[in-house]
Amino acid sequence: MSEEIRDVIIGESEDYIINIGPQHPSTHGVLRFEVCLKGETVKYLIPHIGYIHRGIEKMCEAITYPQIIHLTDRMDYLSAHINNEAVCLCVENALQVEVPERVKYIRTILAELNRLASHQLWWSAFGMDLGALTTFFYGLRDREKILDIFEESFGSRLLHSFVMPGGLMHDVHPNFQKRIKEFIVYFRKKLPEYDQLLTGNIIFQNRSKGVGLMSRETAIAYGVTGPSGRGSGWSCDIRKIAPYSAYDKVQFNEMLETDGDTFARYKVRMREMWESMNILEQLVDNIPEGDYTAKMKPIIKLPVGEYFQRVETARGELAVYIVSDGNKNPYRMKFRTPNFSNLFVMNTITSNYKIADLVAISGSLDLVIPDIDR
Amino acid sequence: MLNREELSKIILEFVPEAEIPEGTQLTEAIIPAEKLVELAGKLKSDKRTRFDYLISHTAVDFVTHFTAVYHLESTEFRHIIVLKVKITDRENAEINSLSGLYPTCEFFEREVFDLFGIKYKNHPNLKRLFLEDDYGFPLRKDFRDEVNMIER
Repeated sequence: MSEEIRDVIIGESEDYIINIGPQHPSTHGVLRFEVCLKGETVKYLIPHIGYIHRGIEKMCEAITYPQIIHLTDRMDYLSAHINNEAVCLCVENALQVEVPERVKYIRTILAELNRLASHQLWWSAFGMDLGALTTFFYGLRDREKILDIFEESFGSRLLHSFVMPGGLMHDVHPNFQKRIKEFIVYFRKKLPEYDQLLTGNIIFQNRSKGVGLMSRETAIAYGVTGPSGRGSGWSCDIRKIAPYSAYDKVQFNEMLETDGDTFARYKVRMREMWESMNILEQLVDNIPEGDYTAKMKPIIKLPVGEYFQRVETARGELAVYIVSDGNKNPYRMKFRTPNFSNLFVMNTITSNYKIADLVAISGSLDLVIPDIDR
Repeated sequence: MLNREELSKIILEFVPEAEIPEGTQLTEAIIPAEKLVELAGKLKSDKRTRFDYLISHTAVDFVTHFTAVYHLESTEFRHIIVLKVKITDRENAEINSLSGLYPTCEFFEREVFDLFGIKYKNHPNLKRLFLEDDYGFPLRKDFRDEVNMIER
């Protein structure tokens, strides 16, 4: 919104501006919404970001490719593995390295586990945003099982820079497959509880149905990808459009809803959790034997050129764009992060809704703030 | 889905002076700055191309010039094209805004303005996105910060 229009609106006596954030539980991070209200109705909303801008793109210009992997964790920390994988795939494509089948399978399994963990945390926090505190305990209880699998195999629970250009840092723990199978059996029983607890709840449905309507055209125009875009009927799943790792070897459906409201975005994520478990089941028993890494040179130098790689994180499309001048560091590195685009649709989809709906809408977009600021 | 030859033919049809480099990962077109908005508009509305989704917009500092890079995709046909515009004037770098065609570009452009200092004509709200007003333009190669930066 331009400065002039804003001044005019501020000048009207009935309107008032409130700031939500930077420290507010419903923004899920350091983000400030400047909201102009007429009574309880939102007239416009301006997101203010940059509170945790770390200059990751600038830092990348000074460090090597294996070191960059460790920075990408810190963008979307809930899809840490998928972020790592994006850079690895881009580097491998540039070097034209063929990674072993085993690596592809393990990476895909980890990506789906990561997506599940992320959706579980989103479900927990979303319920809590709308006043259902119990969801937080249910979600985190089950997420803990996934984090235990992560911890057993590679030592860290949240930010696991486990993949390297060319493969994995080391092989997975011998219990890896067994633990995943146990988890699938466990979570197939627990996921219906999520529906019983929240999905059918009439208060929850009234607060989410018909709220924050986003048309397919709006989603495309603002580049809203991931489950938020698919809730508007836009088929934007990179796993389907441009399959990477082992996604071309598994059967799965892209989850689409056409309503475009908060409840549709909720349903997409709930169904994606079921689908992630299907993908896991197809892969976990078929991990081929072999090396956990391809032969790589100790110092990775990309040939002169430009490289582009897209992956589907838990929140949408992450694109990595590398410009290389033949050195061991990138000349320029750009991350097109999903949350950056998803955030700026907020002004459009919250206008004319009540301020209480704002929390539901921002919760349904599943924003992770470090991913926006980078 | 159109392949590289078909896409290049359409680009050259719209902008005859465009340059299509060989051997790139994605189809690229280097076009003059004044043709950018016109070409993007045609690519968006043309029935054969329908580039309606802007994946990302960024810039690269090549010391002698800036290059503005646009990644466009068609949600219908799923082909991707990379549009590139060279900006030679570093002091007063200026380019036309694409935010009228692609609303998401408004925020990518604000980010580029913030980090590179490239100004956009006809931008609805060109303000810095992340940093303070008096901060330099950190993604320029001549940016120096004695305290916080690692030398390459």
